[in-house]
Amino acid sequence: MKQFIAFVKKEFHHIMRDNRTLLIILGMPVVEILLFGFAINMEVQDIRVAFYDPTPDDFTTGIAERIRQNSYFNYQGKMQSMEEMEESMRKGKLDLAVVFPQKFQESMVHSGKAAVQLLSNSSDPNRGSISVTYASAIIAGFQQEQADLIQIPFRIETENRMIYNPLMKSSYMFVPGIMGLVLMIICTIMTSVSIVREKERGTMEVLLASPLKQGTMIFAKTIPYMVISFIDFIIILLLSYFVLGVPVNGSLLLLFLVAILYITLTLSYGLTVSTLVDKQVNAVIFSATTAMIPVLMLSGMIFPIDNMPMVLQTLSAIVPARWFIEAVRKVMIQGLGITMIWKEMLILIGMILFLLGVTIAKTKKRLE
Amino acid sequence: MKTLKFLIEKEFKQMFRNPLIPKMIVMYPIMVLLLFPWAVSFEIKNIRIDVVDHSKSTYSRRLTDKIEASRYFILNDTPPDYRTAMLNMEHGETDMILEIPSSFDVDLVKNKASGVGMAVNSVNGTQGLLGSNYIMQIVNDLSSELRAELMHTLPPQSRASMIRMPQIDIVPQYKFNPSLDYKNFMIPGFMVLLLTLICGILPALNIVMEKENGTIQQINVTPVNRIHFILAKLIPFWVVGLVVMIISVSAAYLLYGLWPVGSVMAVLFSAIVFILSISGLGLIISNYSETMQQASFLVMFFILILILLGGMFTPVSSMPAWAQLIAVINPFNYLTDTFRMLYLNGSKLADVTGNLLALGVIAIVLNGWAVFSYKKRG
Repeated sequence: MKQFIAFVKKEFHHIMRDNRTLLIILGMPVVEILLFGFAINMEVQDIRVAFYDPTPDDFTTGIAERIRQNSYFNYQGKMQSMEEMEESMRKGKLDLAVVFPQKFQESMVHSGKAAVQLLSNSSDPNRGSISVTYASAIIAGFQQEQADLIQIPFRIETENRMIYNPLMKSSYMFVPGIMGLVLMIICTIMTSVSIVREKERGTMEVLLASPLKQGTMIFAKTIPYMVISFIDFIIILLLSYFVLGVPVNGSLLLLFLVAILYITLTLSYGLTVSTLVDKQVNAVIFSATTAMIPVLMLSGMIFPIDNMPMVLQTLSAIVPARWFIEAVRKVMIQGLGITMIWKEMLILIGMILFLLGVTIAKTKKRLE
Repeated sequence: MKTLKFLIEKEFKQMFRNPLIPKMIVMYPIMVLLLFPWAVSFEIKNIRIDVVDHSKSTYSRRLTDKIEASRYFILNDTPPDYRTAMLNMEHGETDMILEIPSSFDVDLVKNKASGVGMAVNSVNGTQGLLGSNYIMQIVNDLSSELRAELMHTLPPQSRASMIRMPQIDIVPQYKFNPSLDYKNFMIPGFMVLLLTLICGILPALNIVMEKENGTIQQINVTPVNRIHFILAKLIPFWVVGLVVMIISVSAAYLLYGLWPVGSVMAVLFSAIVFILSISGLGLIISNYSETMQQASFLVMFFILILILLGGMFTPVSSMPAWAQLIAVINPFNYLTDTFRMLYLNGSKLADVTGNLLALGVIAIVLNGWAVFSYKKRG
């Protein structure tokens, strides 16, 4: 035990000596959570719209005026021809074009029917379809006004309640994701690079020759990293709560427990990586390529997992961040208890055991 | 010039001495482009819904059937009360709850109006909003079906007013991506992501690795000037980046049939300018770092910011004004935009000159900085 404590102390000294790295490790999450928490927003805004209206009349100007005044739209002016419209759309200067036919009002009054064409720049499908939806709603509103029907019969009203995130803030969705991503990157690189560095320099062999048991030694090595990562987590949590206004509806203790599990898991992953490679460059490449894109794409941080094809849904099950993010959302935002997240926690524990098993097996082999 | 040639040769030898690097350059783009575009979709299908039907009448059943038949929804359960449904939501088994009041039927027939209640899990705001919009559409469909069927039960004057109700047909046309396929939109983004990772991380580790290994001392004592040194570091990554691009463009074509409508030369040309700027950033980080660990943290830090604020996943126009200012100096943003225009909008080289100029300026500033920050001392 005494040896163990001495070893942990040594590792702490090792880390504290390198002020610059420490500053980076603790400063990085601060900048990132603030930057992403405020800046990442899925809401479609600032839709650049233009009108093509060959024969302006009361109706077309009425519709155009309503769209112009809507805060989602950013009016770009009237277009003189369809060619001009196509051109500015191709140049990426226009998101939506509203095209009125000739004699819009006349045909509406006489035949009771008229058509409006909405051309949307759909290279971004989400933006494309949502701008059409917004414009359609405004036109439908105009139509209702014109119909001056006081009572449409057989109406069914829908009363809508948004639970857990009534203001529809993107940060509710992203903050747990950013936690998962930032911790994954920091922890994996931190452990894998520093251990491989000792291998590269040969100091690892010296350590292995010490009377301390191998398992104990690796455990001692990870403790300081665990402390630092947990401080990172606390910093992120404080900023999300006080600065970004993301609630902590569930038990704080449970949240800490989930965080400790996840940190242990990411550190174990770093350990596993360190047994697979023997150069620092490769440790970085390995950690970066396996930690970043899979977490961004398959953790449910940005894209809902339910929508993915089966193959990717299965693949996402081995991405640790997926289970962490799910558990954090449930505890932080939905305020649920341990009975609702035991599955996620068990999966995280299972992954830890698996990775530690692989690490120990690999290390033993190396020594033989 | 001769010095430069030898230096470049040295860099290539050093790079390929590590077998992981050529493997990564070839395999990683293929793997990423094969797998991850499929993960991207905001189109909400398979929304799981619980319907709490207190009315259990003809019309309420019709509403339930319509929801079940819709391609957006999966009817998860029809629990007897709201509490059970809420429990399902807490367990993560359902995303939405629709509650139909017991008087639904009577209200419709007698009072000609009725209502339903909806509760949506909106942790994911967009998903929640779209889900509730789809339900509203279905409910409106039902009510116009009922209007058509039950018109004869109405008094004559309201029947007349309904016939006079003017109609505006809205004809949407989704340009550049008529099938609203997200893959087409994301694949150009993935290409930029690959370039950023490979041509950002490798240079960031490069100089600092020489520092740790001590080989930088040898360069420092040889008569190599700073510009040659940095150029010799840059050019290999430039080649690596081009290889990554060629593999990515071919993979996008072979796997998804996606080919730049505009011009493929323009794609490669803009990539070249971008690679210079991102490698320049990597070299700056490498110059300022003392250890490879520092360099790797810093480069991941910057890459994450470039990517997440670069318009690949979320639109730059939705960001607050100060964050849009960051986008002005973000090379990732310019190249993603350029690639998308060239791939989807059919823009020509001339249409993207603005972006290319910006990328060029960024490249010059960053590489100038890289030259400046490389100091020949021990």
